[in-house]
Amino acid sequence: MFDKLDQIFVTALHWLVSFVPEAWRSLASSLICIAFILSVFPAVFSVTTIFERKGIGRIQNRYGPNRVGIPFTKIRLAGFGQFIPDGVKMLTKEDIVPRAADKIVHFLAPVVMLIPVLLAYAVLPFGRNMTVTDYDAGLLFFFAVGGAVELSVFMAGWSSRNKYSLLGAMRAIAQMVSYEIPLILSAVTVVMVVGSLNLNAIIAHQNQYTFGIAHWFVFTPWGLVGFILFFIASLAESNRTPFDLPEAESEIIAGYFTEYSGFKFALFFLGEYLGMFAIIGLGITLFLGGWTSPVSFLTWIPSYVWFFTKLMAIVFVFIWIRATLPRLRMDQLMNFAWKFMLPLALINILVAGLWHYMAADWQRWLVCSTIIFGAYVILGRGLMHNQKLGKRIYRYAE
Amino acid sequence: MSIFFILTAIVTLFAAASAMSLRNLVHCALALAVSFTGIAALYLQLDAQFVGFAEILVYVGAIAILIVFAILLTRSGEAPENSVLTSGWMAGIAISAMVFTLLGWAVLNSSAIPKENPPAPVATVKNVGDALMTKFVLPLEIIGLVLTAAMIGAVIIALKESSKSETAGRES
Repeated sequence: MFDKLDQIFVTALHWLVSFVPEAWRSLASSLICIAFILSVFPAVFSVTTIFERKGIGRIQNRYGPNRVGIPFTKIRLAGFGQFIPDGVKMLTKEDIVPRAADKIVHFLAPVVMLIPVLLAYAVLPFGRNMTVTDYDAGLLFFFAVGGAVELSVFMAGWSSRNKYSLLGAMRAIAQMVSYEIPLILSAVTVVMVVGSLNLNAIIAHQNQYTFGIAHWFVFTPWGLVGFILFFIASLAESNRTPFDLPEAESEIIAGYFTEYSGFKFALFFLGEYLGMFAIIGLGITLFLGGWTSPVSFLTWIPSYVWFFTKLMAIVFVFIWIRATLPRLRMDQLMNFAWKFMLPLALINILVAGLWHYMAADWQRWLVCSTIIFGAYVILGRGLMHNQKLGKRIYRYAE
Repeated sequence: MSIFFILTAIVTLFAAASAMSLRNLVHCALALAVSFTGIAALYLQLDAQFVGFAEILVYVGAIAILIVFAILLTRSGEAPENSVLTSGWMAGIAISAMVFTLLGWAVLNSSAIPKENPPAPVATVKNVGDALMTKFVLPLEIIGLVLTAAMIGAVIIALKESSKSETAGRES
């Protein structure tokens, strides 16, 4: 019974495809999968925007949206209907293009942003047997399409003919290029241990249980460090606080999409959130066991429920961080990427190699943890080397 | 020849042609990125996944960005007034067509190429990785060394400039 519930979407896909003539089946199956991604993830996006506004409101001790319910009825959902008028507003607003803008590139930039982000979903496993294309080199595909986002950011910033847009684009590209390296290097450890770039093989490796606890990579020393590095780098890749310099409202208005309004702005907004979900999905797949359950007695819960629960849990942490931390400065951003994250990611690769070849007992735990802890302390000290951080003095208006 | 091959080939050739002939240099760079993507699609149709993905990762993700930044930082975005084609473009096309014909004829009549098609090699990403780590490990290491040297050189150049500007800032 639970197995059937687990495979309900796969069965539904096969059932729908069976109505189509034999020759068109693969095409129909791809179209249904595309429709699934195009409907589910924007829906998750719209729910996330409302969670984000309400959550940040709560954390910052204010209300946030709390009125809107279902339109044309008296039902109030404590503000959870807010995304419907928000969406209608976005779609019906006037589309303003600056006179000096490069019209074609300005038009193409949001489209070019969304395409690679949507392509990245093609390789993510959402559940058991729920991968759209099971590429042998899925991880490589994910990073390859992710690289194309930078070009769209540049297109948006350059074509607007606005210094704030260009500054935002420059910042965004510098940040994405810098943080892509620790992102990929932290993922490399998993590839080394599993010996495959296929995301389903990576999940299969984590889908085993000892004493009822799953073999998720986050439960190993190198996996924990890898996950934290991946998490920080994915915050930076999706331009979230504290890495939101590219769109720092108080400095450069909105960065590279300053000159976008209406539907094009909505596309950027959507692209940014979908990119965030995709990269979180990859992080879950690599370190948090993908759609597997953390403990063996909960394996009856359908796999896609686990995937989306983990996704929303990490999105919540992202929102939490956004409401809590202030923005970094540009030099802090670069120093952190190149002097702390990159060396730690390289040491982590070494540790993952050691872990793979040492015998599975307490000694490898000791050795690997010691190396990582020592590296963390030394690198942290090095980062703080010339920063004269004394006791903080508060001055209040008198 | 499938319809997908013809479509990607047309897109790639068209983008490559516009990369040469557009007036605005940034447009040219973007057209070049499109043609890189088209080439990657062609590789993927040949089942060369590693080459295809590496093409996108390196050429679209890094080299196109590098070109675009180089254009932005060295000159203003103004398009040139006069035509981008030189006066002797007819002769240029004729010469290149002749060279292409000659090379094509030489390649097709070469005895080095086996006449019957060899069996398609299985080049999965795993095989490529295995080959790089066993048979071709020395070239890989040498390339790594060269790249590291280049990176250190770039850092040293950047360091000198920053220390100069720092002292200049202090004097003024």
